[in-house]
Amino acid sequence: MNLHIAGGRVIDPATGLDATADILIMDGLIRAIGQPNRLDIPQGVERMDADGLIVAPGLVDMHVHLREPGYEYKETIAGGSQAAAAGGVTAMAAMPNTRPVVDDVSIVGYILQQAQRAGLARVYPIGAITQGLQGEQITEMGLLQQAGCVAFSDDGRAVMNSAVMRRALDYSRAFDALIIQHAEDSHLAGHGCMHEGVISSRLGLPGIPAVAEESLVERDIRLVQLTGGRYHVAHISTSGAVAAVAQAQQQGLPVSCEVAPHHFALTDVAVAEYDTRAKMSPPLRSEPHRQATLEGLARGIITVIATDHAPHDADSKDIEFCQAANGVVGLETLLPVALELIRDGVLDWRRCLAAMTCNPARLLGIQSGVLAVGGAADLVLFDPQERWVVDADKLHGTSRNTCFHGRQVQGRVKMTLLAGRLVYRDS
Amino acid sequence: MTYTGAAVELPPWRRKHLLGMEGLNREEIRLLLDTAASLREVNRRDIKKVPTLRGKTVINLFFENSTRTRTSFELAGKRMSADVINISASASSVTKGETLLDTVANLQAMNPDVVVIRHPESGAQAFVARHIDASVVNAGDGRHEHPTQALLDLLTIEDHLPQLGYGSLEGITVAICGDVLHSRVARSNAFALRTMGAHVRLVGPPTLMPAYAEEALGARVYHSMAAGLAGADVVMVLRLQRERMSSAYLPSVREYFTFWGLDQARLACAAPHAIVMHPGPINRGVEIASDIADHPQRSVILNQVSNGLAVRMAVLYRLCLGGQGKVT
Repeated sequence: MNLHIAGGRVIDPATGLDATADILIMDGLIRAIGQPNRLDIPQGVERMDADGLIVAPGLVDMHVHLREPGYEYKETIAGGSQAAAAGGVTAMAAMPNTRPVVDDVSIVGYILQQAQRAGLARVYPIGAITQGLQGEQITEMGLLQQAGCVAFSDDGRAVMNSAVMRRALDYSRAFDALIIQHAEDSHLAGHGCMHEGVISSRLGLPGIPAVAEESLVERDIRLVQLTGGRYHVAHISTSGAVAAVAQAQQQGLPVSCEVAPHHFALTDVAVAEYDTRAKMSPPLRSEPHRQATLEGLARGIITVIATDHAPHDADSKDIEFCQAANGVVGLETLLPVALELIRDGVLDWRRCLAAMTCNPARLLGIQSGVLAVGGAADLVLFDPQERWVVDADKLHGTSRNTCFHGRQVQGRVKMTLLAGRLVYRDS
Repeated sequence: MTYTGAAVELPPWRRKHLLGMEGLNREEIRLLLDTAASLREVNRRDIKKVPTLRGKTVINLFFENSTRTRTSFELAGKRMSADVINISASASSVTKGETLLDTVANLQAMNPDVVVIRHPESGAQAFVARHIDASVVNAGDGRHEHPTQALLDLLTIEDHLPQLGYGSLEGITVAICGDVLHSRVARSNAFALRTMGAHVRLVGPPTLMPAYAEEALGARVYHSMAAGLAGADVVMVLRLQRERMSSAYLPSVREYFTFWGLDQARLACAAPHAIVMHPGPINRGVEIASDIADHPQRSVILNQVSNGLAVRMAVLYRLCLGGQGKVT
């Protein structure tokens, strides 16, 4: 499909472009970006009016769980791709805690094949750091990378053994691979099922102290100092971890981090009355920690917003709080909840969109998240004004476990293009 | 106030469930205590039965072992002529078969009026209450709340107010001692006592205190028994479970009793008239010395049990009938 997207406000954080502009798309590629009505549009190109819309690179979510293979009753790659398209996400990095675990090249191939078959989003597999996520023996990072893995993580659990983590960070340098840590000391976390604080004490729920995350990030940064491996903290949630990352960055260490929308938008107050929709790992923290994530975003310490999209079937959530599964879906609420950061003066347009486009793309080393002439036409068109209410029943994909049900939000995806193809249109 | 005699009319009760003491206001607690006090008379009759809840069905659903609480609820229902069924269930998880939601759906199909639940997971009763038409009574959920225990404790303290030199719960000092972290009894009592205007102290080793306990539970925290008990009117001793020794909370029973067990010397720190309470079952020589547990003037442990029956009658009565019925 050849398209002329006319009159939208085009924001490309990678180049700093923020202007009303026209975009010509031919054969799936961006052919030209120029001032309104100045482009030379060939005959037969369909005009798409983007007046009042923001046109941006398709969003890049570097932290999702697509559950396939192994947990297809929670989500499939096709279903997750539908949710991505509806959320304006055209590229996502999928965590390896599937069944079997992504610790072997054959599974990487399977995921890529399923993603291609769905054809609604680019899926970049993340390989496991250790075989079977057991935290003992490192995976074939080189071969996995050759097969298509863009990073390595044991997400869902931390690499606890310091010697193994040291080796992983060291070995990864041979391939300039990114090591993503789910930073939570499993001993300190224990059987905790929410943030340890005033509310956990009132509810009588075992808590996970902030120090479980903070101490592990601090340890890991020491190991980065030692090895020089590229290190990324997944879903950062505590003030101490943000401070540790800031200090590491000041020292010039290759340390980055991401925050999930629920961690900067919600606190452990959402758990009250034992609402399992507000249960995830790491848990929703108290207000001072939430403020620290906002400050981390504002100061440029946290440069990535990623959803930790984690679909779960109703049976895994409609049970006793401590037994309920961790995780929330997030692909379709990513953009509007992130836009609250602009409304609240935490980020400007360029930095907010950068955190969901070029910043994660650069960390993963993928050709996404930019509007490059000659590059793939992966775009999102959204109405920054439209107000709507998040409704779990209207989400795409297989599962409905959102923590934002009923939230008033502003900013709605109207169209998503993948390689010039319309993969989502708001109706 | 204590009601005696025949027909008694009481003001209305509007809540559907009793899930915890947190959130109940002073009037609501007062009403339940007064109702219990009035119902005690039934338990002293020759024929200990009134027709108040005839035709009502009460299901006791216990996912944890319990003798006294389950018996107490069962007897409470029967003395008011309700049909009472006891169901013992294992805390079924998704891996073990029937889910709590399935269990609830099956109970709902029998159309009970009240379901009394004890469950090892905090919040399980709140979850059930969202999915069932019957009234839910929390008979203990994990380490969260055990509201009828707090009510019977308050009633027992009120019975001893003259001995303590007070006219009401307002201003009395209650020291709750031991494993506060894992105790639903401590939470319910702290919430209820605070609401009634009492001063609450939590006394125990730092490893067995909840995070931010003072802010969360509205109490003062002490790690020394001498300081925590100083001048206290009521000493409430919590049960210590032996598995705490195996998970780095405590080094040994011997060490625990040496520093936090209640014996004569410790009790001497409290007010001279102080009473000693324990929710049971007691571990003699672990959290409390035998001579204290059996002390005729100080220990009110068996009064607690008697009051438990009246309190559970009051709760069933209020949840089934609100304010409409009469006790005759």
